Amino acid sequence: MTAISVTVDGVKYDDDVEPRTLLVHHLRERLGKVGTVVGCDTSNCGACTVLLDGHGVKSCSVLAVQADGKVVTTVEGLLPTGENGGLHPVQKAFHETHALQCGFCTPGMMMAACDLLNENPDPDEREIREGLEGNLCRCTGYQNIVRAVEAAAADLREQRGAGSKTEVSS
Amino acid sequence: MTVTSDRPAEVGMARLRKEDERLITGRTLWTDNITIRGMVHLAILRSPMAHARITGIDTSAAAALPGVIAAFSGRDLADEQGALPCAWPVTDDIVTPDHPALAVDEVRFAGEAVAVVAARDQATALDALEAIDVDYEPLPVVLDMEAALADGSPLVHESKGTNKSYTWIFDSAEAGTGGSIDDAIAEAEVHLSRRYVQQRLIPAFMEPRSVVVEPTGGSFTMWSATQIPHILKLMLALTTGIPEHKLRVVAPDVGGGFGGKLQVTPEEVIALLVAKRTNKPVKYTESRSESLQAAHHGRDQIQQLDLTARRDGTVTGFGVKLLANMGAYLGLVTPGIPILGAFMFNAIYKFPAYRFDCTGVFTTTAWTDAYRGAGRPEATYAVERMMDELAAELGMDPMEVRRKNWITHEEFPFTTVAGLTYDSGNYEAATDQAMSTFGYDELRREQAERRDRGDPVQLGIGVSTYTEMCGLAPSRVLGALKYAAGGWEHADVRMLASGKVEVVTGTSPHGQGHDTAWSQIVADQLGVPFEDVEILHGDTRTSVKGMDTYGSRSLSVGGAATVMACQRVVEKAKKVAAHMLECSEDDVEFVAGTFKVKGSPGSEKTIQDIALATFAAHDLPEGFEASLDASATFDPENFSYPHGTHLCAVEVDTETGMTSIRSYVAVDDVGHVINPMIVDGQVHGGIAQGIAQALYEDAIYDAEGNLVTGTFVDYTPPTAADLPAFTTSRTETPATTNPLGVKGVGEAGTIASTPAVVNAIVDAVRPMGVTDVAMPCSPERVWRAIQQAKDGAR
Ligand code: FES
Ligand code: FES
Repeated sequence: MTAISVTVDGVKYDDDVEPRTLLVHHLRERLGKVGTVVGCDTSNCGACTVLLDGHGVKSCSVLAVQADGKVVTTVEGLLPTGENGGLHPVQKAFHETHALQCGFCTPGMMMAACDLLNENPDPDEREIREGLEGNLCRCTGYQNIVRAVEAAAADLREQRGAGSKTEVSS
Repeated sequence: MTVTSDRPAEVGMARLRKEDERLITGRTLWTDNITIRGMVHLAILRSPMAHARITGIDTSAAAALPGVIAAFSGRDLADEQGALPCAWPVTDDIVTPDHPALAVDEVRFAGEAVAVVAARDQATALDALEAIDVDYEPLPVVLDMEAALADGSPLVHESKGTNKSYTWIFDSAEAGTGGSIDDAIAEAEVHLSRRYVQQRLIPAFMEPRSVVVEPTGGSFTMWSATQIPHILKLMLALTTGIPEHKLRVVAPDVGGGFGGKLQVTPEEVIALLVAKRTNKPVKYTESRSESLQAAHHGRDQIQQLDLTARRDGTVTGFGVKLLANMGAYLGLVTPGIPILGAFMFNAIYKFPAYRFDCTGVFTTTAWTDAYRGAGRPEATYAVERMMDELAAELGMDPMEVRRKNWITHEEFPFTTVAGLTYDSGNYEAATDQAMSTFGYDELRREQAERRDRGDPVQLGIGVSTYTEMCGLAPSRVLGALKYAAGGWEHADVRMLASGKVEVVTGTSPHGQGHDTAWSQIVADQLGVPFEDVEILHGDTRTSVKGMDTYGSRSLSVGGAATVMACQRVVEKAKKVAAHMLECSEDDVEFVAGTFKVKGSPGSEKTIQDIALATFAAHDLPEGFEASLDASATFDPENFSYPHGTHLCAVEVDTETGMTSIRSYVAVDDVGHVINPMIVDGQVHGGIAQGIAQALYEDAIYDAEGNLVTGTFVDYTPPTAADLPAFTTSRTETPATTNPLGVKGVGEAGTIASTPAVVNAIVDAVRPMGVTDVAMPCSPERVWRAIQQAKDGAR
C-alpha cells in the first residue's frame, strides 16, 4: 500500500492504495466518483478521460500513485465559468447542440473537449475532429459533438474577452 | 393530435432533451455505478479455444483463495441454468442446440463462459480465475459457412449430425404474390449474378454489459444494461425456473445497444444463479475484450444474387440464395434476423418475380443476432449494389434505373412481391431533394472531367434508395413467422392530484431520448406543460407490461399506445368536467388543456382542476371510479416503412487505394417528426455505423478460431477524424398505420449508408474495370481490386 494525496474536484483525499490501482478505479471505487466511466481495457475509447493538473489523461492508463500530489478534475468537478445556470460552457454546449445520445462517452468526451480548448481556444472543424480522435462515440456520428465544441469555444472566447476566468476548468 | 390554439404544439419542436442533465453532470445511473452493501463481484473464465471438450474442471483452488466467496463451473450450475432461449424458431424442423450459460462438457467458440468466481472485489475475482484448472481436449474448428455445409465437415454440435440449422424459403410464384424467378431467368434479356459478403460486425455499444442482482427473501431484482427488461424477465423465468413474479428487472441508464443488448445473455443468467446460490448481491461488468468476444455479433452472410432485367432497365426478377452464419448457438432471435431481410430484398421496387432461399449455418464462432437494422441493411445492400451493376451493364445512370423500377407516389398503398403492403411513401420527392442538395449533375460533370484527364484521384458517386420495415410488429405477423411473443406495446398515463402527469411506457430507451419525445406527445394530448410530464420506463415493477425497444418500434408502437391512453384520460376527464360544469358531455369541448362549455364563455375547468377533483372524489359523476388514469395497448395493423435517398461522393486515390468521403447527403422520410433534433442525431449516428461497415469494421477470426479483432485497436470503430460531416434533411409522408403518423428512424441511416459508400467507391474505379470491392473497403482492398482489374485487362 502506498499513501497518496490527491485533490479531486476541489476536495483533498488522503488514501492508501495498492500500487497497481488505476486512477479510474481509485476515482470510481474508493472515492465514489462514478461520473468517470470505463469503456475499454486498451486505452482506446477515452470514456475515462479526466484532467490531471489541467491536462487531459485517460484515467485508465494512469496509476493512482502517479496522481499523488496532483489535481484531478472529473466531469463532476466541471465548474460554471459564466452565467450558465450552473453548467460549464462545454456541458451547456453539449446539451444545446444535442451532442449526446446514450451519454456514456459524454463525460470523457467533454473532458477531452476541455483539454482541446485549453490548448487551442479557436479550433476549426478538422482540428476538433483530430483533437477528439482518442474518444469513441457510437451513437452520434460525432457531428453534433463537433458543433458542441465549436459552440463552447465561442462561448469561452467571449467570456475571456469579457475578462472572466480564463482556464477551462479549475 | 390535439393541437392547441393558444400555445404552440410541442410535437415538431426541437426540444432540448430532459435526459441530458444527469448525463452531462456525471450523475447517470449506469448499472456498473450501482453498489449494494455486501455485494460480491464476479469474474468469468472464458474458453481460450474455439472448440474443445472439457474433460476436467477444478474450481476448488480458486474457491479457497482469500477473498473468494464461491467458484462454480458449468457442471455445478447445470441443474439450474437451463438453456438460454431462442424465441424465434423460424421453421418447424429447425435445429436448436442446447445453449448453456456456462459451458458444461464442450466449448464451441473462443470466449464462451466456462466458470465463474465470486469475490469481495473484482481484482480478487479476476486473480482467482487463474487458479481454475480446466482440461480441454481440442476439437476441430469450422469457421467458414460453405465448408461447414460440406460433407464430412467437423460438426459444431456432434449430436445434431449437421451444421445446418434451418432452410427458409419464400417464393413469390408459390406465394401468389408474383412470378417465378426461374422463368424470369429463362426469359431474361439481362441476367446478372453476383456474390456479396456481409462481413461479421460487432455492435460495440460504448457501455460494456453489466448486471447487478440483489436477492431478497426468494425474490430477485436484476439491474442490467439491457434493451429488453420485460422480455428478459420472462425469459429468465423460463430459463432458470425462478418464478416470473419473483423477478424484477430494471434497465437503468443504458449506454447504447444497437441490437447488441437485445439478448438474454449467459452473464445475466450466471449472475442470477450466483446470487441465488450465495444469497448475496452480485455484480458482473464485462471488460471490452470480453464484450467484443462474447457479446453477440451481427451480419455475417453470404449472398448469392440473381437479377434479371430487360434492356430498357426494367427489372423482371430477383433471386437470393443466402447463407447466414448463426455462430455456435442460437441467441434470442438469431434465426429470425435473415428472415426480416427476406421481406426487404425487393426494397422500393416493383420486382415482378422474387425468390429468397436462406440457410442458417452453425460455425465455431460467437453467435450472431440483432445489429442495427438487423437483416434489412444486408438486404438493402444487395439490392442497391445490384441496381448499380444493372445500370453499369446497360450504360444507364444509376438513378435512372431506380426511377424506372420504383413504386411511384400514386401507387401507394402497394403490396410488394414479398407480400408486405407499404402504406405510404414518396420516393420521387426524397430523391429529387437529395439530388439537388448533393449537386448530382455537377458532380457527374466533374467526374467525367477527372476521368478524361486521367486524374489519379477519381471521383465516385454512390446512390442508395432504401426502405425498411419498422414498428415491429403486428402480433399476428410475428405469430405467422413463428416468433414466440407479440409485437404490441403498452402505456399507462396517470394524472396526479397536483395536475402533473406520470407516463409509463413499455419501451426501454438507451439513448433515443424517449423522456423528451414522450413528454412532447403527452403535453399536446393533455394540454399540460412539457415540464409537467415525467416518463417512467425500464423497470418491470413500475412498467409492468412492455415489449421493449428495438427495430425502431418505440414511437410507432409505444408512442401510439401513449396517445391512446391520453385520449382515454381526456374522455374520463370530460365526464367529470361535464358533471362539474353541470352540462351534458356533448356540450363540453377540450381545447389546450381546458374543458369548455360550447357557446358559454367563462364556463370552464382545466384538466388540472379535474385531476384534483377526481383525487378528492367529493363529488364525482355516478359510478365514476376515483382516478384520472388510463392504460392502452396498441398492436399495429402493419409495419411502418421509412424510406429515403442517400448520396455519397468519394475521392479514391487510385495509386494508394485510399478512399475519402467528400460529401454525404441524406434525405430521409420518417413520417411525422416529434423532435427534429433527436431525429437528426439518430440519422447521424446511423450513417456513421453504416459507413463503418463500408470502410472500417470487420470481426475477424484466425484459423484456430481466435477473434483477432478482440480490442478496439483491432476492431477500429471510426473516430471523429475518420468521418465527414453529413448533410441531412427530410421529406414527411406520414405513416397511415399509427395515430402519430411516425415511421421510425433508428436504423435508417445504417441501412442506407453502407451501399451508398460502396457504390461510390465502385463507381470511382469502374472505368478501370473494377466491378466490386469487398467490405470493409480498406485502401489495400481497393488497391488490390484496381490491380486485379488491370491484370485482367492485360
Ligand atoms: S476506459 Fe480509458 S480509454 Fe477506454
Ligand atoms: S452518446 Fe452514446 S456513445 Fe456517445
